[in-house]
Amino acid sequence: MEISRYLIKGGRVIDPETGVDGLFDILIEDGKIASIENPQSAIQNPKSKIIDATGKLVTPGLIDMHTHLREPGHEYKETIETGCLAAAHGGFATICCMANTDPVNDNQSVTDYILKKARMAETVRVYPVGAISRGLRGENLADYGELKAAGVVAVSDDGNPVMNAQLMRRALEYAKGFGLLVIAHCEDRNLTANGVMNEGITATRLGLPGIPNAGETVMVARDIALCELTRASLHIAHVSAEGSVRLIREAKARGLPLTAETAPHYFSLTEEAVINYDTNARVHPPLRTAKDRDAIRLALADGTIDVIASDHAPHSSIEKDLEFEQAANGMIGLETSLPLSLQLVEMGLMKLNDLVARMSINPARILNLAHIGLKPGNPADLTIIDLKKRFTVDANAFQSKSRNTPFNGRELKGRAVLTMVGGKIVFDEARE
Amino acid sequence: MKFAKKDILDVESLSVEEIQTILDTAETLKEISTRPIKKVPTLRGKTVIHFFYEPSTRTRTSFEVAAKRLSADTVSISASTSSIAKGETLVDTARNLEAMNPDAIVLRHPAAGAPHMLARLIQASVINAGDGMHAHPTQALLDMMTVREKKGRLAGLRIALIGDIAHSRVARSNIVGFIKMGAKVILAGPPTMIPMGIDALGGLVRYHVQEATRDADVVMVLRIQKERQEAFLFPSEREYAQCYGLTEEKLAGAKEDVLIMHPGPINRGIEIAPEVADGPYSVILEQVANGVAVRMALLYLLLGGR
Repeated sequence: MEISRYLIKGGRVIDPETGVDGLFDILIEDGKIASIENPQSAIQNPKSKIIDATGKLVTPGLIDMHTHLREPGHEYKETIETGCLAAAHGGFATICCMANTDPVNDNQSVTDYILKKARMAETVRVYPVGAISRGLRGENLADYGELKAAGVVAVSDDGNPVMNAQLMRRALEYAKGFGLLVIAHCEDRNLTANGVMNEGITATRLGLPGIPNAGETVMVARDIALCELTRASLHIAHVSAEGSVRLIREAKARGLPLTAETAPHYFSLTEEAVINYDTNARVHPPLRTAKDRDAIRLALADGTIDVIASDHAPHSSIEKDLEFEQAANGMIGLETSLPLSLQLVEMGLMKLNDLVARMSINPARILNLAHIGLKPGNPADLTIIDLKKRFTVDANAFQSKSRNTPFNGRELKGRAVLTMVGGKIVFDEARE
Repeated sequence: MKFAKKDILDVESLSVEEIQTILDTAETLKEISTRPIKKVPTLRGKTVIHFFYEPSTRTRTSFEVAAKRLSADTVSISASTSSIAKGETLVDTARNLEAMNPDAIVLRHPAAGAPHMLARLIQASVINAGDGMHAHPTQALLDMMTVREKKGRLAGLRIALIGDIAHSRVARSNIVGFIKMGAKVILAGPPTMIPMGIDALGGLVRYHVQEATRDADVVMVLRIQKERQEAFLFPSEREYAQCYGLTEEKLAGAKEDVLIMHPGPINRGIEIAPEVADGPYSVILEQVANGVAVRMALLYLLLGGR
């Protein structure tokens, strides 16, 4: 029988939910957090297995609220099982998966299927995101009542914008009745047109069709106006542009129920990653300029952007080993998200406690999850991080089925060494 | 000088010395095309594959003629008659062609960067014959050759480029090339067709054609693609011809001995008035003649020493 009692000893515990930051021991019993004690009080429990976290950081289980698991439909890129393994290895205890599978997650049977596969994978918690519109076609609302009952935590047409403003208005209003969050993929398809990278000097030099910042900000502005009209909870996905940050900051100052996320590539890279036509750097929204990157970093530090989410988007060589203009958008991120985010702390751009909040309790609050933080009685979801560990990103060693990352070969510092979900160790570096 | 390049992918990656070597070599080889027997044995036993994913008359014929005048064996593939029509990827096609041991592949492709991708995959020399909106280095080289031949120099000249800069690989390569060789480049066209950040390449942007042609030594007119009208880039061909088409009137401020150039194919009466295209300053057909010489020079420099 699996040991159900653990004592995590000697780690620096940071829980932005309870305000805890210091050296504590955590006792875990029956999958739940039993107590958090000063090391001096020396929890006596001879039956528990000791996990030595000396010199490491212990945080609430990290949450990635934006991933694409590709199942059902594109299992050659990723399955729920491999996606969950990648998440666990990246330090995530909980992930949300977007609805753009095939078939689309716009009904109960697809949601059921995802949840069943996730249970079978027995790794991390998976919360499906349902579609805003049936088939992601932007024509009719999906059945939110049925989706909510089946277990979705939010709705999003991510991958596609909702171009019809009236439909978006109704989605916000209708979702409000079920307490469902609406996650907006902000893109004006008329403006982004056939663009494949950020519009500007680099696109001009490379002769690639550009995507202007306005392709995002026009839609962010529209959706903020609709949020104001409906007073429904709106979450802006993958913010990449300086202008979007400005709009979100202003809207939040006015007290709108608005939240936002960005992905590690938007604060780690610029459009210059595309030089040499590297299709792994093709992503939507596109990598922008240093000015945008700096604005994203500031917005993360000051809380304008609430969440870091990977937008993990697996693609195989079939979609990526192509001419740049023909390649698919997206990069994987579950196994690099935390180390890339920790660079912000390393560079002195963000406080460690804030970073932990952006990757754990903030998404939990936004998604309205039942148990938040490392409180006694909560399921024992936690991540142990070695901040000093240096390593080189090796895509071939990833758990994900796909290899599409522009970060391969990059030297990084700090990564998860253990992930626990409901008192069960789903990743332990020492056992690898 | 020793010419050490494997591929000709764009003008950015050519040094001033390399450009000079190419132009000097082209001038020497140009004479071959005027002989009664227009063939030398230089590249006998070499295989050149002309691989055109996009329609082309001028460039393709020019490359074929150039290779044949140097006695290379040539094979020609177009997208419609090849495995691309059956869904083969560029990577797979490249590997298959490589297995046949060609010495050079001349690639025209609708996607920017496709020749760069090919060059990374294969041992043979790759010559970019136009990739998407990115680059058309052999066109820029033949344009520079034509101007140098007529003016005796490139440095210090004023070169005006008129029209759809945004979608033109010819414009990009010429801007980079002429600036590299010390000329001044002035761009003009509707703002919808001036790409963001183009000034970073060194070109000066003007919205009125007359401003760009003033004191110009060379006026190069770019082809307008009619399908651009649908993307709201200009209201109508009539309006375009009136505001941006090169007429004698709009040329009034240019130098006395101005050269009129166009990479072809021409839309007569739209981007260029017939009397300008056919007028005394036009060197459009000399551009075509020099195209053969430049392409011979490139094949010779890339394959001749191997």
